[in-house]
Amino acid sequence: MSGTMNTDEAIVLAPARGAFDQDWRKLVNWGLICALALIFVSLTDMPDKLDKRVIVEPLLSMGYLSLIWIPIALGNLVTREVVLEGMTQHKKGLRELVAGVSVGAIGGAGLALLIWLLDTRDLSDPLVNWNDALLEVLSFGEGVGYGAIFWILASAGLGLVGGALHLLPTIANRLLFAISLTIVLTASLESALDDISEGFRLEWLFEALFEKKGGLSVQGAIILAVFAIAWVLVLGGQAKRGRAAVAARRELSPMKVNTVGLALIAVAAVVLPMFLGRLTNDLLTNVGLFLLLALGLNIVVGLAGILDLGYVAFFAVGGYTAAIMTSPSSPGLSPELPWWVAIFVVVFMAIVAGLFIGAPVIRMRGDYLAIVTLGFGEIIRLTVRSDWASGFTGGAQGILSIPGADIVGVATVQGTDPQQVLYLVIGFVAIAIYVSWRLENSRIGRAWMAVREDESVAEAMGINTVNSKLQAFVVGAILASFSGAIFAAKVGSVFESSFKILVSIVILVIVIVGGMGRIAGVAAGALVLVGILGGPNQPGLLAEFSEFKLLIYGALLIWMMLKRPEGLIPNVRRSRELHQEEFLQDAWLKAQANDDDDEAASGEVAPA
Amino acid sequence: MSERLLDIQNLSVTFGGLNALSDLDFHVDKGEIVSVIGPNGAGKTTFFNMISGMVTPTSGDILFKGESLLGLDPNQVTARGIARTFQNVRLFANMTILENVMVSQHCRTKQGIMGALFQTGGFKREEQEIREHGEKVLGFFGSRLVGYRLNQPASVLSYANRRRLEIARAMATKPEVILLDEPVAGMNPKESEELTGLIGKLRDEWGFTIVMIEHDMGVVRDVSDRVVVLDHGETIAQGSYDEVSSNPAVIEAYLGRPAEEAS
Repeated sequence: MSGTMNTDEAIVLAPARGAFDQDWRKLVNWGLICALALIFVSLTDMPDKLDKRVIVEPLLSMGYLSLIWIPIALGNLVTREVVLEGMTQHKKGLRELVAGVSVGAIGGAGLALLIWLLDTRDLSDPLVNWNDALLEVLSFGEGVGYGAIFWILASAGLGLVGGALHLLPTIANRLLFAISLTIVLTASLESALDDISEGFRLEWLFEALFEKKGGLSVQGAIILAVFAIAWVLVLGGQAKRGRAAVAARRELSPMKVNTVGLALIAVAAVVLPMFLGRLTNDLLTNVGLFLLLALGLNIVVGLAGILDLGYVAFFAVGGYTAAIMTSPSSPGLSPELPWWVAIFVVVFMAIVAGLFIGAPVIRMRGDYLAIVTLGFGEIIRLTVRSDWASGFTGGAQGILSIPGADIVGVATVQGTDPQQVLYLVIGFVAIAIYVSWRLENSRIGRAWMAVREDESVAEAMGINTVNSKLQAFVVGAILASFSGAIFAAKVGSVFESSFKILVSIVILVIVIVGGMGRIAGVAAGALVLVGILGGPNQPGLLAEFSEFKLLIYGALLIWMMLKRPEGLIPNVRRSRELHQEEFLQDAWLKAQANDDDDEAASGEVAPA
Repeated sequence: MSERLLDIQNLSVTFGGLNALSDLDFHVDKGEIVSVIGPNGAGKTTFFNMISGMVTPTSGDILFKGESLLGLDPNQVTARGIARTFQNVRLFANMTILENVMVSQHCRTKQGIMGALFQTGGFKREEQEIREHGEKVLGFFGSRLVGYRLNQPASVLSYANRRRLEIARAMATKPEVILLDEPVAGMNPKESEELTGLIGKLRDEWGFTIVMIEHDMGVVRDVSDRVVVLDHGETIAQGSYDEVSSNPAVIEAYLGRPAEEAS
């Protein structure tokens, strides 16, 4: 990679092309994309529903933000060029501005068309959000003509801004990006920051930034902007040096750096919950529950390569077993065991379920396996609901009044106290991380990886693939059942509707978005998806977005698959697997460059 | 008379009416290097696939140290002591070079999940042994696969080195017989000459018995004790290289029928 970067710098820029020397067909295409995106977002009703949510009072609401980023982004992207070696790179100039304006204007025209249609036609039958409220928001209550002209001009202007970003030096781009990100992020996290600032006794800071009725004040926004600028200019360099220093020390003593990092995380895990408010603690508990599930699925999918789409089955087994064992009102069997005894029964049941589902499924490969696991996930839920099992599981009524979790009789964790539950979750997450880490670097873990890479060869190399895969399946099942048992104790009741297929999908998305096969990646995925957007039934930080959660999940997943298939924090192996071609190409180029070197001529990559 | 290690008896396999291999009948003694040659499509790789349990023969039997291998899974065959390489190099490309030879010791080791979780003494000792044995087999190829290379992914290796790593991976399973499927394919003359020497060393220093499929007649001539020639699934000749190479049936299989006979 670094090789191509260097050559980039050496390229002498050709003079800028004329302002109207454009690929018009491309501009029209992008303009239409812009128009479609604007219309689509409008029809999801984001502008209307999120209009109440103010970012900077009284300038900008989240509703309008959901529209205005589109022309900026597309106006910028339309003239972005990937410069490969041997291609001419032109100076940026008027041409970029013209392109941005055109794309923005076409997009704005699309939105104007929508406004006109909203006024004259009634398509509310298939399009549920086709109503006057949307028209009101889009035209600012000033009439169709005003709205249409405003959006054409505004969108063209925003496209111009997008194009102009090409002309600014890199540092200015970075500053602008940092400022907008800081402001939008701070404003989005308003409720959580309110909660946290109370815990840390920083209410004064919160009040300085935010208006009473919600949204950043103008002065708050300015404070944040200054902070962002300072961060980029002063700390940006520092952070880079710091990372370099850590990397350098890692080379020398990898154990030491890891130990320090681990110790810091451990201290944070113990201390932080004390300072956080109820809301944040509850939120982090949800993140933890899903992280526990995702770590389990990461072993099954990330390490052993078994695409399990019915993983929620084991979450349900854990939840129901804990409920039946501890709740006094469980309909059939009701031993009323303490939670810490019940957890052993939970593990046992998870192993039984893992073997029971795994044994027939595991002999299949690839797509077939995915489909069959999908089926089993639903079978477990429907069995729980059926008349046949409802004598034990309560059917659709579920099991209620589950007492909290008690820890070896020493302490009782009440679901009503989010802080205690959070500690319990952190404990189990720590166990799960330890298990993942140890197993990955063991004989079993290597066998899982070999099975993932090439199952027939793994078998020919002496690995009993059926056994290995079954082991992965069962370990994953146990981790999921822990999560289920805590979930039951936290909520105090279990219903089959909590274990729908959507849970399986969300867990899988966490693993994929975070970075398959890597613990830090999975943690990042859980934090971003469940923490910010919210789980399938749990609200996240952006509670207003809960209606659009699945839309955002989907968009995020598509974007990740296109641009960063290895996830947010990728596993080195995994990203290699997915970028194999580029990698081999790089190696080939390098080998060509060092042609006289004997070793390199045979196509090997020279050591860094 | 040396010990009879591998005994192939009347082995046949048909794929939907096509006789991929019919009535193959030969044996491999301990410490021998036997080459299996023949034109493309002669059934050589199918033969290897049957020994390693990936293809089930239609009739006949494969005896290894007097016991039949039929009905065993590939991993059980490997556990008995027969390892193989693949014609179209199939490494675990995203695992490191060291991991490739560590993972193939799976059937010789036994630590399970509990050992890994509690880091028992037995687990640590076994990990150490696996690692040492892995480095030892990699060291067989000189400095190419060791040192800084140990923790590099197998995918960065050159073609010749991938072939070498495949052999190392087979060696790491601690086998008695190694089946080499075209070990020098794609290597330049210098490299294949070197590998020829190493194949000899595999037998002389490591005590492996070797069955090899090879197209490069120079290599076959230099290392083989015996040669088996297949054509269209039939065994057309067996014997030393010199006997086989002067056999008219073999020449015909490779070069075609002389013009006057064909007419």
